Amino acid sequence: MKVGQLYEVLTKSQKAKGYYFNRDKKRVFDLLEGLLINKERYGYMCCPCRLAAEDRLWDQDIICPCVYREPDVAEYGSCYCNLYVSQEWNEEKMPHAYVPERRPPEKRFRL
Amino acid sequence: MPTVSAKTGILENQNWEGNVNNQCDVKIYSLSTCIHCRDTKEFLRQCGIVYKCVDVDGLDSEERKRVLMELKQLSPECAFPTIVIGNNVIVGLQKKEIKEILGIK
Repeated sequence: MKVGQLYEVLTKSQKAKGYYFNRDKKRVFDLLEGLLINKERYGYMCCPCRLAAEDRLWDQDIICPCVYREPDVAEYGSCYCNLYVSQEWNEEKMPHAYVPERRPPEKRFRL
Repeated sequence: MPTVSAKTGILENQNWEGNVNNQCDVKIYSLSTCIHCRDTKEFLRQCGIVYKCVDVDGLDSEERKRVLMELKQLSPECAFPTIVIGNNVIVGLQKKEIKEILGIK
């Protein structure tokens, strides 16, 4: 799948759930490119801003859209990567704060 | 232009223009796909800061393990980017903090 196709598919499916892409399209395309790279590498679309353990079960919480998107968008208006945001965030009706990592530390690296 | 060491995957950019003389060592632990990591590198470039960088997702498993253990010792947060400036460890692109540590106005 190409980045443009992925953008089209996800725009529709996620909008229906109340999530929007960051209005910075270049940024969104860079992140989607990262998702496609991870799909190629690991077989699943692992979050581009987190290190995959290369184990689908272990990484289940960070397969995009990650399980932290909902609380992050509710609290900060944006997911960890700034890929998915709320309408208010895009319209700059709320501050664009740095979104801290919500994934539990013990899950972040698997040595 | 920077060159990547084939052995370590560490980006060396000591020949960049606009380097700050006598700056302390700066190292970034990053992921090649991470947008915040890219922003951090770009921010440091714009500030004329020389840095070393390792993209952890590009390392083979043994080297990755070694680098992750190193990173875990530096910061319990274990997130990307982690920026080491001298004895200071910053997690995430915290521009204000980075500028303060580097003495950039």
